[in-house]
Amino acid sequence: MTEMLSGGDALIRALKDEGVELVFGYPGGAALHIYDAIFRQKDIEHILVRHEQAATHAADGYARTSGKVGTVIVTSGPGATNAITGIATAYMDSIPMVVISGQVPSSKIGEDAFQETDMVGVSRPVVKHSFLVQCAEDIPMIIKKAYYIARSGRPGPVVVDIPKDITSPHEKFAYSYPETIDIRSYQPVKKGHAGQIRKAMKQLLAAKRPVIYIGGGAILGNASEVIRKLVDELGYPVTNTLMGLGAYPGTAEKNLGMLGMHGTYESNMAMHHADLILVLGARLDDRTTNDTKKYCPDATIIHVDIDPTTISKTVQIDIPIVGPLDEVVNGMLEYLEQNEKRADPDALKTWWDQCNQWRQQHGIFKRPNHAPSKGELIKPQDVIKTLYKVTHGEAVITSDVGQHQMFAAQYYHFDWPRQWINSGGLGTMGFGLPSAMGAVFADRDTPVACVTGEGSIQMCIQELSTCSQYHLPVKIINLNNQALGMVKQWQDMNYEGRYSQSLYEESLPDFVKLAEAYGHVGIKVTRYEDLEEKMEEAFAMKDRLVFMDIYVDPTEHVYPMLVPEGSMRDMWVSKTERT
Amino acid sequence: MKKRIISILMENEPGALSRVVGLFSQRGYNIDSLNVAPTHDLSLSRVTLMTHCDDLVAEQITKQLNKLIDVVKVLDITEGRHIEREMMLIKVKAKGEQRTEVKRCSDIFRGQIVDVGPTYYTLMLDGDSTKLDGFIEALGDISVLEVVRTGVCGIAKSEKSLSL
Ligand SMILES: Cc1ncc(C[n+]2csc(CCOP(=O)(O)OP(=O)(O)O)c2C)c(N)n1
Ligand SMILES: [Mg+2]
Repeated sequence: MTEMLSGGDALIRALKDEGVELVFGYPGGAALHIYDAIFRQKDIEHILVRHEQAATHAADGYARTSGKVGTVIVTSGPGATNAITGIATAYMDSIPMVVISGQVPSSKIGEDAFQETDMVGVSRPVVKHSFLVQCAEDIPMIIKKAYYIARSGRPGPVVVDIPKDITSPHEKFAYSYPETIDIRSYQPVKKGHAGQIRKAMKQLLAAKRPVIYIGGGAILGNASEVIRKLVDELGYPVTNTLMGLGAYPGTAEKNLGMLGMHGTYESNMAMHHADLILVLGARLDDRTTNDTKKYCPDATIIHVDIDPTTISKTVQIDIPIVGPLDEVVNGMLEYLEQNEKRADPDALKTWWDQCNQWRQQHGIFKRPNHAPSKGELIKPQDVIKTLYKVTHGEAVITSDVGQHQMFAAQYYHFDWPRQWINSGGLGTMGFGLPSAMGAVFADRDTPVACVTGEGSIQMCIQELSTCSQYHLPVKIINLNNQALGMVKQWQDMNYEGRYSQSLYEESLPDFVKLAEAYGHVGIKVTRYEDLEEKMEEAFAMKDRLVFMDIYVDPTEHVYPMLVPEGSMRDMWVSKTERT
Repeated sequence: MKKRIISILMENEPGALSRVVGLFSQRGYNIDSLNVAPTHDLSLSRVTLMTHCDDLVAEQITKQLNKLIDVVKVLDITEGRHIEREMMLIKVKAKGEQRTEVKRCSDIFRGQIVDVGPTYYTLMLDGDSTKLDGFIEALGDISVLEVVRTGVCGIAKSEKSLSL
């Protein structure tokens, strides 16, 4: 039986038929028919944020935590442009998201009407695809396509721009939701090339100094399980990108830790000296390669990725395999089942000895690169270690961007995928709190902590109000170093300590009072000896948002750090030591 | 840097061309010429795009184009044998003696005079881009008032075709 629906009702029904349960959004003129349709139904919960940027970050956090597509509704003009930062953030990290934007009525498009912005045009470079809806009857098919495109292949954000007249309650049409979808111009690869897999496996088993390099694609492609099996089977050292943390257990013996700009000494050294690197779902961007001309000089590189454009984009790849990661790694496991040959055990042992020696030399857990915390001196690294201890390593951690983000990545061991939520590609300050809200909606049973800095948190601080409305018990861990710490670190290292615009003078708010003003709990920590107890206290308040304002050493730097224009073995390992 | 002629078959939909063009500016690739029109199947458009780049960039361009949702197929036709054609309308000053000179030059290049005025000729020429460049050069002192070129369109020299 077909039902007659208006465009607005059809949109909400299509979302329901697509399985959407939750949307983040903010109303406005061009979206009012849609908002009226939301009011008249009960299937979809709408979360009212306080800024459209936060709507996109929240939907993004929800998507990263749940693996589902995040959904956003915003109005035209400023609503749409406010959403752009969050869309770009999702685009860079390949996060599935559908953003529905109201648009001025069709008849007014192009007239510079009130709150008109060419959303399809403005968002074009930061979306996987976009649609401008031209008649109400197209809504079900476009929504079906939008979600399919957002989640399939290499995921990404999709914009659906809908002029106001199309959602009008006065025009109805016979609604039906398409069951299947086929887009002739869009056929994501379903399988890796068997010949390439064989070729890769031969090289992989002949290697003497191999590294398995895991990126965010392993999480997006739900490949953690098979990758773990592959590592168990091969016994090779593993390294992860910032985006890949958690895809392979952080506490596992074979994990050398994160690589790249602030990666571990042992990971970066292993990369540089490897004779074979198996890259699984990563895009080898500049923060992970250092100078590509000096990149891993001895290594044969096998690169598995769902997106052919990532292959040889920055670094020349020897054996590319394009396909879904889980499927390709499964193919590799099958090969291992059918072939007895394994890597030369003596060579592998020598290689492991070398890796372990690097670990002993400058591993951040074996040999700390900073002084111990004591009294008023709280080292940010120790805050993360305490956070790990208090949460038993089981919290979902979101983060903002800066030193605190790198400390969180380095010192919290992520043992499962979707536990670490951060803006790796775009590096968007302001991402932490709203993405934590999305994470809470995705997983109500796991504590969610947002590791942030006093700079970043102020970029979406208004969301404390949203957290209050929806009772979101996020634990905010503010590593307050009274500075744009990462900027300051670069100014220390490259600009002789000229702190141009990285300090706030005496202008920081009292975050405890600020949290209280929004109806939350605030806790200030200035002594290391109080840290653990206060943090226990915070996490014991299971249904409250607690803002922990922790005063950390403002002079601390993040190490290791790759030396600019060097290879991967060129690092500062502390303020005074360079490799 | 080599000349590349890239053929693109894409959905004949609003926004599709802007995504192709946007890709080039966004990723810092050049477009030397661009030619687009619907095919015999009106739901599809065929784009021929000429650019200069090295092999690595050419590979990225074809992959990035393929990644666009509206794009059905992409072929770098300069990789194999192919035919390329471009059409040019050129208006030149032609008075007195010059009129025969222009006419003679046009004949050599198999051009046609398509419009005549007391002080000018408009000629039409087709061929590959170097031939059209050659004609402009051959005009020597004759002053060119206006040049309109379609941009290259091309097709591979085999039965293989860019189709659904
Ligand atoms: C929206 C945005 N603007 C600017 C930057 C550049 N940036 C990177 S880190 C940083 C400092 C962040 O300060 P804070 O949040 O206090 O973190 P800290 O480094 O002090 O831990 C800045 C300004 C950015 N990443 N994002
Ligand atoms: Mg700071």
